[in-house]
Amino acid sequence: MGRVDRIAEPWGSRTPYGPGEDWPARVDSYLSDGLTEDDVDRWVQSASILHSNGDGMDIAVKDGRIVGVRGREVDRVNHGRLGPKDLFGWQANASPDRLTRPLVRRDGELVETDWDTAMDAVVGKVTELLQEQGPSAIGFYTTGQLFIEDYYTLGLIAHGGIGTNHVDGNTRLCTATAAAALKESFACDGQPGSYADIDHADVITLYGHNVAETQTVLWTRILDRLEGPNPPKLVCVDPRLTPVAKAATVHLAPRPGTNVMLMNALLHEIVRNGWYDQDYLDAHAVGFDALKTQVENYSPEVAAEVCDVPAEQIREAARLIGTAERLLSTVLQGFYQSHQATAAAVQVNNIHILRGMLGKPGCGLLQMNGQPTAENTRECGADGDLPGFRNWNNAEHVAELAKVWNLEQIQIPHYAPPTHAMQIFRYAEEGSIRFLWIIGTNPLVSLPELQRIRSILGQERLFVVVQDIFPTETTQFADVVLPAATWGEKTGTFTNADRTVHLSDKAVEPPGEARPDLDIFLDFAHRLGLKDKDGEPLVKWSDPEGAFEGWKECSRGRPCDYTGLSYEKLRGGSGIQWPCTEESPDGTERLYADGQFFAAPEYCEEYGRDMITGAPVAAVEYKAMNPAGKAVIKAAEYLPPVELPDQEYPFQLITGRTLYHFHTRTKTGRAPQLQAAAPEVWVEMAAGDAADRGFGEGDLLEITTPRGRVEARLRISGIRTGVVFLPFHYGYWDDPEREGRAANELTITAWDPVSKQPLFKTAAAAVAKLADATGPSAAPTTTASAPAAGSPPPTTGGRIAEAAELVTTGGQA
Amino acid sequence: MKLDMAIEELHRSENELHSVLLGMSDRHKADHEVFHVTRNMAKWSEQHVAELAEVGREFGLTLDPAAKTPSALVETLQQKTSELTGRQSAPGLLLLADLRHLYREAGGTALDWELLAQGAQGAKKKELLDFAERCHPQTLRVSKWAEAKLKESSPQVLAS
Repeated sequence: MGRVDRIAEPWGSRTPYGPGEDWPARVDSYLSDGLTEDDVDRWVQSASILHSNGDGMDIAVKDGRIVGVRGREVDRVNHGRLGPKDLFGWQANASPDRLTRPLVRRDGELVETDWDTAMDAVVGKVTELLQEQGPSAIGFYTTGQLFIEDYYTLGLIAHGGIGTNHVDGNTRLCTATAAAALKESFACDGQPGSYADIDHADVITLYGHNVAETQTVLWTRILDRLEGPNPPKLVCVDPRLTPVAKAATVHLAPRPGTNVMLMNALLHEIVRNGWYDQDYLDAHAVGFDALKTQVENYSPEVAAEVCDVPAEQIREAARLIGTAERLLSTVLQGFYQSHQATAAAVQVNNIHILRGMLGKPGCGLLQMNGQPTAENTRECGADGDLPGFRNWNNAEHVAELAKVWNLEQIQIPHYAPPTHAMQIFRYAEEGSIRFLWIIGTNPLVSLPELQRIRSILGQERLFVVVQDIFPTETTQFADVVLPAATWGEKTGTFTNADRTVHLSDKAVEPPGEARPDLDIFLDFAHRLGLKDKDGEPLVKWSDPEGAFEGWKECSRGRPCDYTGLSYEKLRGGSGIQWPCTEESPDGTERLYADGQFFAAPEYCEEYGRDMITGAPVAAVEYKAMNPAGKAVIKAAEYLPPVELPDQEYPFQLITGRTLYHFHTRTKTGRAPQLQAAAPEVWVEMAAGDAADRGFGEGDLLEITTPRGRVEARLRISGIRTGVVFLPFHYGYWDDPEREGRAANELTITAWDPVSKQPLFKTAAAAVAKLADATGPSAAPTTTASAPAAGSPPPTTGGRIAEAAELVTTGGQA
Repeated sequence: MKLDMAIEELHRSENELHSVLLGMSDRHKADHEVFHVTRNMAKWSEQHVAELAEVGREFGLTLDPAAKTPSALVETLQQKTSELTGRQSAPGLLLLADLRHLYREAGGTALDWELLAQGAQGAKKKELLDFAERCHPQTLRVSKWAEAKLKESSPQVLAS
């Protein structure tokens, strides 16, 4: 067994393998100082919660406390491996500043109270508003980190019980475009590919997906292929010099906001060279002719001008993509949080449809997620969709749901798409939403244009409930704070980005009076007296397993069919991919084999939207266009970004993340190894841009946009010229005196009209120096923020960051 | 042949649609999606006006290729007003009225394109027909957006 500093070496040791071979197992573990596996009382099954990869892991328990974690060797996702956030993040659970008692606002101050008082305040306000205004006054803003059982129960209470259309999650910020792009191309959500496609692919293309930092274990799998025989070639689209870009055969670094232009040029080349499967298109797709017409004028030369990428590089990338035999494509925030998000992500789908590369080993399409349970908000109806991928625009689907819930159909809002998060905040701003329940998310750091969000949540007329595990920037604006239990303290299931369902069992008791989210929702429904149409209690379950069984019934016959799963089946072995039914008891590795889609008009989840205006396609239009339920090829024209640089604001600002942190650092900032690896905000610029202005590494800079200012120390990195980068993780909870630390002080309130995902990577900014360096910036050196000049001390974790590695099959460690 | 009249009329109605879209955008700056999407759709009208001026030359017309825009002062005033009243609920009703107006404007313009396409067919003017068939769908998309946005916004405005 080796020991590796997993801060210095985030991906651990290599276990090389070749195409078509099994990825060797490597079991990673980390236990509190001085403990060995012999000291552990019991291991409790779970999966990772600080990213979207869904790595199977066991929680080590000793004396009723969590003391460490170990990767699950049997799990199909990680084959025993864990990333740095998995290895060290769990320590935050035991942080002394956990919320342990409910709080209510009295004379302007939040004071401790008991659950009865807190819940009565919540229920009293909801009852009052329902009488006075009706369900349109009530909104829920949830997260991508709860469990299926929580989301499904919340969706039932909100959509069915209260009857409001205003339920969405912060998944709007991370995964909305993945769902939207899949709905556009396949008329239904559902990840087509499998992580195991890495084992077979000969070309892997990563579009705005810095997988090395967002999903470290998935990158480990790719690294092991790269070190093995017959490695795949990588194509990377990213304005930063990420670890992926460094390993790529072709790295395209376009100007932010020009993804559609670049994609259309790639498609132009694919069409021009005949690198498409005409038989597949004839049998399984509609819309190819319109795409051909659309991309005709997007030559590599035109794109080279707009994207500032050499035409030759575009041709070379197109050649690799167009001639691959087993093409794997992945997409994430570089597309999802940028201008024309859905239109760009859909063009990646188009490449796979054109090449007939779906549903076969190595031919994977992965529209990724940012959060561990984002997939479940989409399935369970907690994010602006109806549960079970049901179509709000199809009266029969709503009737079916009303039957499952035993409600009258009119009780479930379906007059328009469920309200998205940005619109929920807009309704709160104009005063028509007057009660907002915020669950497990921190909008006062994570939403765009923070000054606006502060002014919305600060309104007297808005009643704010915040359910969380720590005091945050957002709890300060609450009228009621509800202390929640977290991962390891409650039981439930969740599903990763490749449809793998994991069980996460309760390992220890939550601190103080903190309660599982499900219990809080059940208590709310009970106190509110929510009933079905026969006068029986609306929510029929009282524990997680009951909620899971309820969800299974709701999913029956839908694409995300869970009916073949149970807690018992998920215990002990690997996670299992939906759909899992009696006919497919071991789950389904890939969707859309043999060109079979969920796109039939009567079955599909969505009829699609206009790629430019976002207007929903009407049922009759969809039926006329795609009567046989084929894949839908959707073309889109390029439009310039909503905010372009000018003399006053000459740079393009993009925000993003680092390997060592998750979201607003509420957990990772409380894990010593992770916090030390990336302790402070920084700003990245290209060497040339810095030299032009006389800036040096570590100088204190002020970054401004029309919306605000941020102060950060400079890291001269490999980012493309004309662009500045800020990590979005840093706020004010650990430094309350600070101002101008959160990147979202600067971002613009604008969103993709199709997916409604905010544009975090499209703003114009100015940069000025405030003070000379006193040393290098605190940016990690192991990641995309690696220095392009000078030699700041390398990021290491020391002895406390040493984790064990045990290679059990093949390879060596 | 009266194709010139159809072109002239379209040039007028696309100009009108252009200023309706931009005016609406300015009045609803605090409604971010309305603000941006109407501006993007206005680019279609801008393009149509320029192309109509070009096509019009062949029919002896002298039409301004630049689309009419609200004055910069009016634009700024309306945007500021929208920002200042963004906290009130009255703009919701104004939005519904504006969407209804836009739906009718875009619908009328789309019909004008239909007329031109029919005329071009009758006169066997292939290029003119292609032109009309290329632009007509974009105008239809504007009216579809207005209808969809109206459907989405009205329940909240009317029920609160």
